[in-house]
Amino acid sequence: MSSYLSDGVTLRSWLVTSDHKRIAILFSIAITAFFFVGGLAATLIRIELATPQGDVVSADTYNKLFTLHGIVMVWFFLIPSIPTTLGNFLLPIMIGARDLAFPRLNLASFYIYVAGGIFTVACVIAGGVDTGWTFYTPYSTMFSNSYVLLAAAGVFVVGFSSIFTGLNFIVTVHTMRAPGMKWFRLPLFVWAIYSTSIVMVLATPVLAMVLVLIAIERIAGIGFFDPALGGDPILFQHLFWFYSHPAVYIMVLPAMGVVSEIITCFARKKIFGYTFMVYAIAAIGVIGFLVWGHHMFVSGQSMYSGLVFSLLSFLVAVPSAIKVFNWTATLYKGSISFEAPMIYALGFVGLFLIGGLTGLFLAAAAVDVHLTQTYFVVAHFHYIMVGGAVMAYLGGIHYWWPKITGRLYHERIAQIAAALMFFGFNLTFFPQFVLGYLGMPRRYHEYADRFQMLNVLSSSGAVILALAYVAPLLYLTWSLFRGERAPADPWKAKGLEWTIASPPPTHNFAQPPLVSGKPYDYSPEAQ
Amino acid sequence: MSTASARLHEQFDTSRQQLKASKLGMWTFLATEVLLFGALFCVYSYYRFAFPQGFALGSKHTDVVLGTIETAVLLTSSLTMALAIRAIRLAQRRAAVMLLLITAAFGLSFLGIHAGEYVHEWREHLFPGHRFNDSLRAVNGTEMFFTLYYVMTGLHALHVTIGFCVLLVLAVLTWRGRYSPTYFTPVELGGLYWHLVDIVWIFLFPLFYLVSRT
Amino acid sequence: MSNPSVRTLRLYLLVWLALMMLVALTVASAYVKLGSFNLVASLLISAAKTALVMTLYMELRREHGTVIVFAITGFCWLALMIAPTVADIATR
Repeated sequence: MSSYLSDGVTLRSWLVTSDHKRIAILFSIAITAFFFVGGLAATLIRIELATPQGDVVSADTYNKLFTLHGIVMVWFFLIPSIPTTLGNFLLPIMIGARDLAFPRLNLASFYIYVAGGIFTVACVIAGGVDTGWTFYTPYSTMFSNSYVLLAAAGVFVVGFSSIFTGLNFIVTVHTMRAPGMKWFRLPLFVWAIYSTSIVMVLATPVLAMVLVLIAIERIAGIGFFDPALGGDPILFQHLFWFYSHPAVYIMVLPAMGVVSEIITCFARKKIFGYTFMVYAIAAIGVIGFLVWGHHMFVSGQSMYSGLVFSLLSFLVAVPSAIKVFNWTATLYKGSISFEAPMIYALGFVGLFLIGGLTGLFLAAAAVDVHLTQTYFVVAHFHYIMVGGAVMAYLGGIHYWWPKITGRLYHERIAQIAAALMFFGFNLTFFPQFVLGYLGMPRRYHEYADRFQMLNVLSSSGAVILALAYVAPLLYLTWSLFRGERAPADPWKAKGLEWTIASPPPTHNFAQPPLVSGKPYDYSPEAQ
Repeated sequence: MSTASARLHEQFDTSRQQLKASKLGMWTFLATEVLLFGALFCVYSYYRFAFPQGFALGSKHTDVVLGTIETAVLLTSSLTMALAIRAIRLAQRRAAVMLLLITAAFGLSFLGIHAGEYVHEWREHLFPGHRFNDSLRAVNGTEMFFTLYYVMTGLHALHVTIGFCVLLVLAVLTWRGRYSPTYFTPVELGGLYWHLVDIVWIFLFPLFYLVSRT
Repeated sequence: MSNPSVRTLRLYLLVWLALMMLVALTVASAYVKLGSFNLVASLLISAAKTALVMTLYMELRREHGTVIVFAITGFCWLALMIAPTVADIATR
């Protein structure tokens, strides 16, 4: 039986493919590699932090490690992860199309990502960058002796990969839906990717420009942010966070889309409040652009700005909360089963809840003054990014694994790994909330003795977490060769992707499907 | 003119769908350009608010005559670009090629005038850095004004250059009969890009050349 | 013109004339002391030129709603970026 996997077996057919499904696989290999690079940096960080003394690496090296961890995890893993892998693979199929609107642009997106990656690896090999992933001025422009320009170049280049992917997705959803696939019949995963794409397209160019400005200041010595020349370092932060706050929604919106797909399937129930879920996705995307100043409460920005940004940051939590309520309501009276994808999805809901609520602590400016630059912040965003986004990504990989590869993975091992991940994650990051509350600052390679026990707990958790990440790499790879062959619809799920073969044929559909029903047409009784 | 029509790419069902996708794609790309330049306009707004005198003084040292001529040149090039597309719609291949080349020529002359401005400003010690005119530097924000002036007009000039190359390619392909009244999407898309470059200048001109002329 | 989608030469030239007049207006207004209204005036004139170029040269007038939304969104987002940033420095 011919599929997109067997349609051309040479390396060349993969490297110059225009098939969105193959490009998704190319991306998944690349981002997995970068995940482990970022993970290696994290491992060294946690080893260093197991003891109060800075005795494993020097302070400068430690600075380079957390910078590398941030740059790689944000730009080379989290931002591309779900969109370029699951998004690329599933978006056309879920709307009933044969491919994206611009397949060759899609391939270009991949190679641009690789080029950005090469710059970043070059930066590491040359000696690394120590400014933090946030590149704050004037350190990055005037004082750092590390390879800032190489790192900035890597991020600049990979930003265009993001922009082109977003552009492709937006145009595809607008112009290539199958007959009957109206906007309000789209799966929530499609809505999530669409909203993410708009954010990518509108926010990333600003990042590109601010990196250029850093480069100009570093190379030519003429200043935009240099106080001696009348420049304002706070302006850098405005421009940087104008992108980087929406960036966190680029990372979390697709994860929310995945969770909606998984929960409906494994609760055998249609999503509660589909319309509100759509409006919530849109609201998160838009309001997410208006809160960036909450990263700058203590920077020196105007008090009144702080007030308004604080208020808006509380507002942006509302649509996220609506989503959490609706997932919960979907579970209520559902017929729930706990396959690995569902464990990941439920884990997401709980951990995203904690991450989101702690975000509100930080949104209150008066509280943020105490918690900023402490481990409380580190714990907050790791709950969302790792407890949330990474778990949703893995849930999605497991859920669609049979469709993408045509193989079934070993369910029991996957369930154990998922549970282990949940446990390891909490052991790693919950102590960090307490550490932050107790005053331990972030980005230091040594700390006061009284913080050691919690740090040891955190580092121990990191060991378990690392095992839980390696496990899927092993058993999923194993399943590629020895896994049972998957039927078209192993989960008895709803959605166009389950109506075609596993793995799908190259052009997805023999002819465009005619869509008539609503999405998530599950009924618990019928099973 | 030929009766060339679009090669229908296999992901699309109809030519109409393909055209719609191409246009939406181009407008999306233009939005990213607006945000790209926009970041610089944001920097400009911030510093103009902080240094009103410095910006006014700096602006007085720009050449308003050359700036006005540049503006007129670019706006006229938008006219010829629109007329080039009209010519293709009327199957007037020769006229279309001429108009595309004239548009490109306007773009080139814009760059030439601008280069002349830069050379003159270099001699007048108006480039930021240690050579910058000391009496101007004494007024806060004047050097920042010129820093922004070179970065923003420089980025704009880069876009004009890219547009120039695109126009030449389009002119050659039009001459070769690649386009027809039923298919001229690349020309349309190139036109959209060119008009955006014009729009950026429409804002740059008053913000740099006309801050304070009283 | 047999093809209804082709605009008259006259229309394009009228737009060009309007644009030239607006350039003259913006230069002239810079020489009149209007205080902070000088900035407002020049931005409004630039907006008018932009509107002319976008609706008539970029043919937004005959595109459907989605394209117009795409065209305007970039500028709206720019406003969302610039306003809070300038508000910060203005209220320090």
